[in-house]
Amino acid sequence: MKKTLLLNGLCCAHCAAKIERAVGKLDGVVSTNLNFMTAKLSIEAMEAKMESVLAEAEKIIKKVERDIEIKRI
Amino acid sequence: MRGHMKRMLQAALGLVFLIPALIVKDTYISLALYILALLSSGGTVLLSALRNLFSGEIFDENLLMALAAAGAFCIGEYPEAVSVMLLYQIGETFQAYAVGRSRKSIQSLMDIRPDHANIESDGEIIEVDPADVHPGDVFIVKMGERIPLDGRIIKGETSIDVSALTGESVPRDVKEGDEVLSGSINLTGMIRAEAIKEFEDSTASKILDLVENAASKKAKSEYFITSFARWYTPTVVISALLLAALPPIFLPGAVFSDWLYRALTFLVISCPCALVISVPLSYFAGLGRASRFGILIKGSNYLDALSKINSVVFDKTGTLTKGVFKVQSVHAETLSDAEILTYAAHAENFSRHPIAEAIQKAAEGFIDVSRISSVSELPGLGVFAVVDGHEVACGNHRLLESQNLPMPEFAQSQTTVFVLIDGKYEGAITLADVVKPEAALSIQKLRALGVKRLAMLTGDKKEVGQRVARDLNLDEAATELLPGDKVSEFERLIEGAPKKTKTAFVGDGMNDAPVLARADVGIAMGSLGSDAAIEAADVVIMTDELTRIPEAIELSKATNRIVVQNIVFSLFVKFLVLALSAFGFASMWAAVFADVGVCVIAILNAMRLLKRNE
Repeated sequence: MKKTLLLNGLCCAHCAAKIERAVGKLDGVVSTNLNFMTAKLSIEAMEAKMESVLAEAEKIIKKVERDIEIKRI
Repeated sequence: MRGHMKRMLQAALGLVFLIPALIVKDTYISLALYILALLSSGGTVLLSALRNLFSGEIFDENLLMALAAAGAFCIGEYPEAVSVMLLYQIGETFQAYAVGRSRKSIQSLMDIRPDHANIESDGEIIEVDPADVHPGDVFIVKMGERIPLDGRIIKGETSIDVSALTGESVPRDVKEGDEVLSGSINLTGMIRAEAIKEFEDSTASKILDLVENAASKKAKSEYFITSFARWYTPTVVISALLLAALPPIFLPGAVFSDWLYRALTFLVISCPCALVISVPLSYFAGLGRASRFGILIKGSNYLDALSKINSVVFDKTGTLTKGVFKVQSVHAETLSDAEILTYAAHAENFSRHPIAEAIQKAAEGFIDVSRISSVSELPGLGVFAVVDGHEVACGNHRLLESQNLPMPEFAQSQTTVFVLIDGKYEGAITLADVVKPEAALSIQKLRALGVKRLAMLTGDKKEVGQRVARDLNLDEAATELLPGDKVSEFERLIEGAPKKTKTAFVGDGMNDAPVLARADVGIAMGSLGSDAAIEAADVVIMTDELTRIPEAIELSKATNRIVVQNIVFSLFVKFLVLALSAFGFASMWAAVFADVGVCVIAILNAMRLLKRNE
């Protein structure tokens, strides 16, 4: 299944790449794509793991850039 | 915006302390002021640097900047230390602002998402979320509003502006029974329409989805930049360490603080942001611009590939031609041309075959249904009818063969309908599919853009296909193909194309899926709203216009030019400043410029793509 997070305030392209890479390595993740221009991170993961993946992803984002406001859409 | 304001405030505060620090003569007071200036302008940078350090992020931008500032401070370069922080904060603000602006302008190009739908409830019109309207529901679109879902008009007529979807600027007139696409704007009157698709399957949502996801298929240069960035920062940081450590040990007379300063300058330049940001941004701007022209491109890789196209193969019917037959000439034996045409039109009057419709159209106004008394189908041959008491048979060459009649010479190379009256051959009507008016010009433009090989595939007769190919000045035509032959024929046509170049296939999207998929770039024409095309093709031209193909290639070339400019420019400035500072010629100020200044310039350069006129 696929979920998208909107990362309000994402303004460092390098950080975006870091987030994308780190989330991609999470257990259960099939694919990730962070579109820097729309500031949307879409995560494809196994249904059973989705919640934990999303929680982990939010932690990663907060760690890389603290000022990002995360919205699930 | 809050983030920008905070940074600017910090920079301003830093400046407030920096100015008196520069003026005051007393060393202790000025040192105190410098410290205050450094902390107020760079406090947050230092904090996040520390935080990142503890979480193991050693090549973090904040940390590198903090190290540079702290290092400069330690060797007594107080004004430098403060101004690095100041300029960094200002630069970051500019960068964030530029990114925000370009996001907005790209998104405004794609601003076709309807925000509400009007429905009638208890005699009142209320606004609801378009996602709550389902197929079969009736919605109302007022003047000036965006159409929320794909629908069919059940009441009212109006003009709609479809330019956001197709790039076509002339408004389209629609009335009861016509289909309207979401994302277009209702210009002149109120309409009621019945939804025919869910919101998420409607055209506007589909297009947005496609363009937004296009960025996930990255072009080669994007991969190059991300992998480059991954080793660039560590390499520069390690060279900075070496620069600080080695010369003072091995070079006689080298002063440690000089070399440390140079090393710190390295740290300032070590962030790859300009590169990482400007390349995807350029592609994204290109994709956004293309979608405004009515050209949907499914990935940066395809936008990139378009500029390298060496061969273009077209499908004939519906792509180069309108797919609509038109009567070309009438050959009569004993009767007049008009009589043959009207007899044929009467016989064909009830047929919905494209050829029959063309004949009906040619005789429009002269058809009197009361003259027809009996109509029957001749399977595989044509139609039979009694018109004015005469037995009229119209059909293809098999009809002639069934009567043991010889085929006339002119019929060899054309689509022909033979007319038999009372069992006797009386004449024939030739028809042709009309070539699109802009086809010749588009092909000429493609050649001018450097496309070397232009060819055509068709299931049509050899003579018919070759005539179209000749008229349009194509290099080759493969004719009389069965649907299954198209892929192998396409492969034969593109054989021998230079390795680094790309091939494109242009089809109408409905039945060409395998060839669209086989080509490096599959281009589907005039397929707005057609799911099959959007699935199979890499590029979807939403209008029927062939001229969009050379436009897409031009845009792709422009995008690539900007990508190359940005890469070369940022790398050049970075390496130049690195080299200069290694030999002690560049100050930290130059380094800050090489970092954030270059980034802002690259962003502005990418934004030029949005300004390209139609």
